[in-house]
Amino acid sequence: MSGGWRIPGRGAEIDRARPLRFRFDGRDMEGFAGDTLASALMAAGVRVVGRSFKYHRPRGVMTAGAEEPNALVEVIEGPQQTPNVRATVQELYGGLQARSQNRWPGLSFDALAVNDFLHPFLGAGFYYKTFMWPRQFWERVYEPLIRRAAGLGSLSGRADEGEYEKAYAFCDLLVIGAGPAGLMAALRAGRAGADVILAEADTQLGGRLLADLPEIGGQGARDWLAGVRAELAALPNVRVMTRTTVTGAHDGGTYGALERVGLHLADPGDLPRECFWRIVAKRAVMATGALERPIAHPGNDRPGVMLAGAIPAYVNRWGVAPGRRVVIFGNNDSALSAARALTAAGIEVAACVDPRPEAAVLEEFPVYRAAQVVGTRGRMGLHTVQVRHAGGLSEVQADVLGLSGGWNPTLHLACHMNGRPQWDDRIAGFVPREGMVRGLTAAGAAAGRFSTSQCLDDGARAAGEALAAMDMAAPEVTPPAAEDAPYGIAPFWAVDARGRAWLDFANDVTTKDVAQAALEGFASVEHMKRYTTQGMAPDQGKNSNTAALAVLADATGQSIPETGTTTFRPPFVPVSIAALGAGARGKGFAPERRLTSDAQTRAMGAPMIEAGLWYRPSYFPRAGETTWRESCDREVTMVRGAVGVCDVSTLGKIDVQGPDAGRYLDFLYTGRMSSLKPGRIRYGLMLREDGHVMDDGTCARLGEGHFLVTTTTAAAGQVMRHMDFVQQGFCADWALRFASVTEHWAQFALAGPKARDLLNTLLDQPVSAESLPFMACQPVSMAGVRGRLFRISFSGALGYEVAVPARYGAALFARLVEGAEALGGGAYGMEALNVMRIEKGFITHAEIDGRVTAFDLGMQRMVSAAKDCIGKPASERPGLMEDGRGQLVGLRPVDPSDAIDAGAPLYTAEAPARAASWQGHVTSAGYSPTLQGWLALGFLAGGRARHGEVVRIHDALRGRKLMARVCDPVFLDPEGRAMRG
Amino acid sequence: MRYSGLRVLAEGLRGNRGWRPAWRKPAPRPGYDAIIIGGGGHGLATAYYLARNHGLTNVAVLEKGWLGGGNIGRNTTIVRANYFLPGNSEFYSFSLKLWEGMERELNYNVMHSQRGLINLFHSDGQRDAFARRGNMMRAQGDDAVLLDREGVRRMLPRLDYEQARFPIYGGLYHPRGGTARHDAVAWGYARAADARGVDLIENCEVTGIDIRDGRVKGVQTTRGAIWAPKVGIVVAGRSSQVAAMAGMRLPIESHVLQAFVTEGLKPALDHVVSFGMGHFYISQSDKGGLVFGGDLDFYASYAARGNLPMVEHVMEAGMTLMPMIGRAKVLRSWGGIMDMSPDGSPVIDRTGVEGLYVNCGWNYGGFKAVPASGWSMAHLMATGQPWHDAAHFRLDRFRTGRGLMDEEGTGAQHNLH
Amino acid sequence: MRIPCPCCGWRDRREFTYYGHETFLHRPAPDAGAEAWDDYLHNRENPAGPTRDLWYHDPCGSWVVVARDTVTHAVAGGEGLA
Repeated sequence: MSGGWRIPGRGAEIDRARPLRFRFDGRDMEGFAGDTLASALMAAGVRVVGRSFKYHRPRGVMTAGAEEPNALVEVIEGPQQTPNVRATVQELYGGLQARSQNRWPGLSFDALAVNDFLHPFLGAGFYYKTFMWPRQFWERVYEPLIRRAAGLGSLSGRADEGEYEKAYAFCDLLVIGAGPAGLMAALRAGRAGADVILAEADTQLGGRLLADLPEIGGQGARDWLAGVRAELAALPNVRVMTRTTVTGAHDGGTYGALERVGLHLADPGDLPRECFWRIVAKRAVMATGALERPIAHPGNDRPGVMLAGAIPAYVNRWGVAPGRRVVIFGNNDSALSAARALTAAGIEVAACVDPRPEAAVLEEFPVYRAAQVVGTRGRMGLHTVQVRHAGGLSEVQADVLGLSGGWNPTLHLACHMNGRPQWDDRIAGFVPREGMVRGLTAAGAAAGRFSTSQCLDDGARAAGEALAAMDMAAPEVTPPAAEDAPYGIAPFWAVDARGRAWLDFANDVTTKDVAQAALEGFASVEHMKRYTTQGMAPDQGKNSNTAALAVLADATGQSIPETGTTTFRPPFVPVSIAALGAGARGKGFAPERRLTSDAQTRAMGAPMIEAGLWYRPSYFPRAGETTWRESCDREVTMVRGAVGVCDVSTLGKIDVQGPDAGRYLDFLYTGRMSSLKPGRIRYGLMLREDGHVMDDGTCARLGEGHFLVTTTTAAAGQVMRHMDFVQQGFCADWALRFASVTEHWAQFALAGPKARDLLNTLLDQPVSAESLPFMACQPVSMAGVRGRLFRISFSGALGYEVAVPARYGAALFARLVEGAEALGGGAYGMEALNVMRIEKGFITHAEIDGRVTAFDLGMQRMVSAAKDCIGKPASERPGLMEDGRGQLVGLRPVDPSDAIDAGAPLYTAEAPARAASWQGHVTSAGYSPTLQGWLALGFLAGGRARHGEVVRIHDALRGRKLMARVCDPVFLDPEGRAMRG
Repeated sequence: MRYSGLRVLAEGLRGNRGWRPAWRKPAPRPGYDAIIIGGGGHGLATAYYLARNHGLTNVAVLEKGWLGGGNIGRNTTIVRANYFLPGNSEFYSFSLKLWEGMERELNYNVMHSQRGLINLFHSDGQRDAFARRGNMMRAQGDDAVLLDREGVRRMLPRLDYEQARFPIYGGLYHPRGGTARHDAVAWGYARAADARGVDLIENCEVTGIDIRDGRVKGVQTTRGAIWAPKVGIVVAGRSSQVAAMAGMRLPIESHVLQAFVTEGLKPALDHVVSFGMGHFYISQSDKGGLVFGGDLDFYASYAARGNLPMVEHVMEAGMTLMPMIGRAKVLRSWGGIMDMSPDGSPVIDRTGVEGLYVNCGWNYGGFKAVPASGWSMAHLMATGQPWHDAAHFRLDRFRTGRGLMDEEGTGAQHNLH
Repeated sequence: MRIPCPCCGWRDRREFTYYGHETFLHRPAPDAGAEAWDDYLHNRENPAGPTRDLWYHDPCGSWVVVARDTVTHAVAGGEGLA
């Protein structure tokens, strides 16, 4: 190790033959294939990689995993960037560009580091006590300043164009983590023939074995791993997923997992960046290992202060030395092991500081017993460690300080279903309880069993139990022999000395903050957490929660178990919104439903609007028309004077058959359908059981035991579900069946005085006014294609709806439009349809908005007094039948030049436009070229008795005021002559 | 102890050792003039206004866990007054006015930030429905502006205006809408109620309600019996269980609503955005996390946690609305237990038992209601009469059908509101 | 969460639409009175623990009464209505 930071002969995971160029903060650097960004930065001698959240203190790499609190960077890809990337997880690729974040103007000089000097005034909860005066200053001054100072990395502001995927997987056993315990579990279950998924967050199998390289079964760890890897690869029933972090445990054995598919590649090609997996497993083994925890001592956040166990990881995995002289400060035996490993790698261990009086002393490096680190020096990089020991205070020169306060089992997944772990004095940490997540068993270090040998045994045990629970044979396995040293630990959390000692590095929470929270009464763990923000940073307290709990326990004079634990929530590691929302960008969010006439409609230039996921034409512009109103007026006039064609296939169609069909429909509809004669159609209302109108539509009796129910476009799904409920819940033994046939039929409305003429050009057997009267239906054929003909009208004009199997829809639409145009008509869209139904006072979901009753609509007479139906009892509640309720009325401007907007409120002519005098509102409005003026429908309090009254429409939102006269909601042809003609 | 910038400075110079507990930790006394069951936002606000408006200070708040541990600690922090049905409209309007004075009232910075709320619409029909809503807001004396597509684009330049499945037609802008720091609201009311003499008793679970001759006499708790002639049930999330102690069955079904926060980010979104077609709403906290949520998980639940289908749906909505947030990472999710009522609106009412009052059914609108709910509940408990802006929140409206407030228009199915 | 459909077996929750407590199956007589109808439509035990509620399996149209726990989300089983 001369000059550089790489260690010859170490670093099994890097390929020194494949150097990779990358860039950090504008500086070009070089690493090797196999490096993480953190190891490559370390090898390049970069010590400061980020600034802390609140005090903007310089920070260096602290861990070798996803729990990293400090080394969060932005990864740049052209104009796009990904914030808050853990340098410890990001694999190096050629051309990788990264940038430090949360600093201005730069990493080495950050203006906001002034916060560090102001720290006495920026303690826990300071912002709740100030910034209150003057009031307007919060939004205008304080908050913008706070927002700019806060936050970590930046989004680019550009749409994320990256590819992401979601996938499902199913298995018998999900093994989470491929350390010694997980590998043994996967091996045993795999050999037993179970479907196994082995999910490993790291780039390769091995877990802690990769960092510690213990001997296993007389082999080196890497050799043993190679054998296991080969065996697992040869088992067809085992699926090994690396770079895959299980992020959440959910109900029914469902686990979320994030696979980093292309994030490590310079050119991912067609690969997605990430894939979010939903894994459904009968059983799961949580072999997630343990996370080391730091010790809170003054100055423990300097660049160069790391977790002790991370140092051998950098040395052995990536062949890089985090420093040249290391001090280890730990309260447990793993710290000593780390120190020995470093010595073996040729790194000088300047001292090992152990607070335990009984710590071993016979080592190749100085060991301070009953000693503590009480301070550090080196703002941009550690250079001195102050040690307090029996002999006094020593200053030790060191550029790395490795901390080990013990290990916390990585039990987060087990807590995702509200289970609380239990305190285990043996390891001074929380361990999972059995059954916290049904079907999930912890094994190895995740269960608090830390030696390699224990892990191997425990993985085999857990797999055996899981197999037994699935009634699968579990052949015995003999785990190989391995290190089985006892784990000695004396709880030690925070050093009692002057100066700030950090608990939560990522959120800049110190022991003083926790003590202050307790002083102010925020002494329950949830209060402390929320008051100090402890554990709420990107690492979610993985590095700090247990120590913070201990400091709080100390401040309140309670034990740690009495103080409690916080709840871990999914996800275990942060997951990008893009991965969880994969596929939804742009049009992917919801299905697009297209009419059979869609292509021709678009070819005709019709703008499309959305209705119940369908696309429907708004209007069909013709040459010379410059506004939608011109087209709409022309289409209305066309229908009223000649003929128009409109695709109405989006209406829900439910085919009901059976001897009891009529009886069933009587129970569904307010009116009677059983008395309908075959070949006839009746308009019907369906209520919700709470008495309000659910939907309206027609019901045609196609034969003795055969009905066709139509629904509105929007309510088709709801009505089908409702019909299934009523049938299965209340009349399951009645003889009937029904099915939705909405998509099976293409259906077109022909409307206007020439509708029959148009129709008869297509029918093999022409119809006459008498042969098919209004509200009748019959089978027809057109060029031999069998269809259905309904004489109904939603426009009030002479009207038919003709239905053919969907595969003939496009052809029929073309013929109809062509025929209509020849007769002086043409296609019409939703705008014209809407105007015409307003002219006739026909309702849509603008009126039946879920809050209205048949009584409100003036349709009480449609609720048969002679029978029960769904919704009838509740509709008779007194409050739903009161005259003061909003009742459907028509409205016309007193001044014919005035226009009306839907959504406008109604007031009495003299009353002010105040909520207290609100009388109702406009539901639908449109310009009627037929009646040469604006027409509107609306609900007006007691409106049926107010026809003739002039009311005020005061649309404050759109600045429109006018007077309107209340009238009957049917504006045109109230006797219905046109449609009956 | 009065809080101010000066105090922060002075205490900082003295090593921050002079701070005093924000509230006392009293042991329960044998009896009180009034007991509030539930130390959440609504319960604490009720206690505060009992003391402040009615001089009733011999009051206890009984909390089974820790103060503010219910839905006030697990929501998306949105404060708005944009309801349109009579009953709701005036109530939330009143509530917003209380919010606007809250910091000075409580001497506590709850970080109420009136950064503006925009409800997007995607069709003419939705525009009309929002016009109706906006007009009611204006008629109520509140603020509402109807924005067209370009108006929305000026305020929210980073939404997808080109490719989205549901193109943005415009939005209803509510300038006084915004957010607040949710926990601080609980703490602010707790501290202020305590300062007026109210006993806030944590870790005290009510196990029974004593009723004799149709009158409430007090409660049984895990810390002994406590006598009181007036008891208010203010336990949204557990309303059915506590009401059952008084033999009542409420029109409530409990549902889980999930919410999410991302890792901290530099400012990316200045307003609160609500995307109705995707049941998605989002804002950015002062700390920098995007805070967002969606619809209920839709099944009855007390688990305070949800499942992946709704998680994914929420993220999908986010991706179609504003794909620029794709690379933000979800840090934490949580679930609140919602008291879902049959019309989506709450209850603040007397019960069949004299002296027993109930405050429940906040669906997922409870956070912004906290001040007015506390005010109205206090008025009801102190005077026996409903506060005029909360007079519609009657229990019997479901039986009579009179004065239902179904803003969603989805009817008597608890999970659809 | 996975729900048992009487036709299709255990399926992912996202294939189902939830309605509410099985109370909805016990429709009172039309003339049962305001209290009975209020109870049927609105008032609920709303148990924190075992419950039986109604789910609709959208792909096949089956309504299912599911025995479930509202605290643990454990699903014990389900049966069709017929």
